[in-house]
Amino acid sequence: MTIASSSPPSRLPLGGAEGAGTKQRTRRAATRDDQGDGRLAAVFLAPALLGFAVFLLWPTLRGVYLSFTRFNLLTPAEWVGLDNHVRMVHDPIFWDSLTVTVEYVIINIGVQTVAALAIAVLLQRLTQSAVLRGIVLTPYLMSNVVAGLVWLWILDTQLGIGNEIINALGVDRIAFLNDETWAIPTIALINVWRHVGYTALLLFAGLQAIPGDMYEAAKVDGASEWRMFWRITMPLLRPVLAVVLIMTVIGSFQVFDTVAVTTAGGPANATNVLQYYIYGSAFGRFQFGYASAMSVALLVVLSAITVLQYRLTRAGQTDLG
Amino acid sequence: MAAVTAPTTTTVRPPRRRFSPGRAAAWTVLGLIVLITLLPFYWILRTALSTNAGLNASPADPLPVDLSTSGFERALGLQSAQEAVAQGGAGGGLDFWRYLLNSVIVSTLITGCQIFFSAMAAYAFARLRWRGRDKVFALFLAGLMVPTIFTLLPNFVLIKELHLVDSLLGIALPSLFMTPFAVFFLRQFFMNIPQEVEEAALLDGAGKVRIFFRVILPMASTPVITLSVLTYITSWNDYFWPLMVSYSDSSRVLTVALAIFRAQTPATGVDWSGLTAATLIAALPMLVLFACFARRIVSTIGFTGIK
Repeated sequence: MTIASSSPPSRLPLGGAEGAGTKQRTRRAATRDDQGDGRLAAVFLAPALLGFAVFLLWPTLRGVYLSFTRFNLLTPAEWVGLDNHVRMVHDPIFWDSLTVTVEYVIINIGVQTVAALAIAVLLQRLTQSAVLRGIVLTPYLMSNVVAGLVWLWILDTQLGIGNEIINALGVDRIAFLNDETWAIPTIALINVWRHVGYTALLLFAGLQAIPGDMYEAAKVDGASEWRMFWRITMPLLRPVLAVVLIMTVIGSFQVFDTVAVTTAGGPANATNVLQYYIYGSAFGRFQFGYASAMSVALLVVLSAITVLQYRLTRAGQTDLG
Repeated sequence: MAAVTAPTTTTVRPPRRRFSPGRAAAWTVLGLIVLITLLPFYWILRTALSTNAGLNASPADPLPVDLSTSGFERALGLQSAQEAVAQGGAGGGLDFWRYLLNSVIVSTLITGCQIFFSAMAAYAFARLRWRGRDKVFALFLAGLMVPTIFTLLPNFVLIKELHLVDSLLGIALPSLFMTPFAVFFLRQFFMNIPQEVEEAALLDGAGKVRIFFRVILPMASTPVITLSVLTYITSWNDYFWPLMVSYSDSSRVLTVALAIFRAQTPATGVDWSGLTAATLIAALPMLVLFACFARRIVSTIGFTGIK
């Protein structure tokens, strides 16, 4: 079982239980079949459906509605039409924060994907050790807050061991999180540290689905590891890689925690990522309508990316998919 | 990254020759990765066991400087304000046990309820026959696509209207009933349980409810445990939502408290010893939890494709 689960696997079509069930249906089940298990299903589904409707479906619709209002939590929301959206389009800080977010996503995803792929392949080709896989996963157990604090300390300009090492190598200390150029790459790499193991394990699971005899056959033909990586691993892993990419991109667009504990948007808005700006607008300036409008924008961006990535990767699907 | 080149020369033909430069290089890279993964943990431990004065004196010493537990005492609120300030900490009171308890309550509540309700829903989707099932399931799947940020603001408004702001229930409620992911994840496993098992139970006269509790749930215990641990870790580590909802000690969880600890510490001369000690205390329960279930989780994790 692998990641394939993320798109409903073909082995288990939506009505999967039916196939096996109908064949050997017991008499008892057959008599019931007219009304099915409708009543029981309603009972079993009730809590989940309640949660779905109240905390997912309704907020989604309401978020769109709020984006058309002026709303400060204290007085009722007041319909203002497209005011918030117009304001957003003309708000340079919004565009800055979108740019910063995209910069973060590119660095984070670029490094994380390559590193995770490397880790996954190394793990697969060298050892099956569960202990090693467990070790690689440990940073994932930390919260973003903890990871942020740990690296804030390691990279501290005065006392951090990172800067001590840099200094010992004869390079000037770098104010990683207080420097406009360095801040975003640093935050992106901190989050790579925390998430790369998890991503690697997802890819590792995908690698496990590739039949081992393909590698055996290639070896017999004298293929090098390098060649096998490009000719076997990459093509067969592509669908899994695509799914992992989509979810990590969506996840990393929502960066907030690390920024909040390390730089708080600074220096000079250099790390004012979109979600941080949204949070500030809502809870710092009580502009819930405007914050909602920016959330809608983020939703649109993420949906577009998802559709685009899905389309692009579909084209490259493989036999194993 | 050079790591991708990985082992370049693992030809099988001479099976005796296990050593090759490519393999050695690959192991070196892997060793380096393990080092980068684990070293920060050692470094916070070393810092937490040092004094702030010692850290200032020798920042690069690989061992704790002036071995001391004062950082932990400060984090746990065992020091008087004067004592804390004298050792480079903030004088403000921090009730760590309270936050720890809050985190435990919230995470336990969310994990217990969410997994149970999601399992019931997953059973209805996987094993019960009813009209409109596929359509309702497709709706759930669509829910997976909605990014969490999008529901956070409206959910906050809702929690406020329910007068649950600054309460533990307010923090837990939105994820109490289900996540589309949990339903999806468990449905997969339930569908893989052979139909015959259920048929046999039916013939023995067991009802579907009984089958769910006595047959399906026990048979899916490994994925249920894995999902529970991952859910526990996720809710333990959550920061954004609790930050929005909680204003006072009564509902403050560890992640939020940590960020406040950081904000309180003097701008000139951060209380690194206390801060790293607090960090360790906050992270330790998850490390222990993971250590108990690591093997199971690591081998089931491929399933968690969507999180």
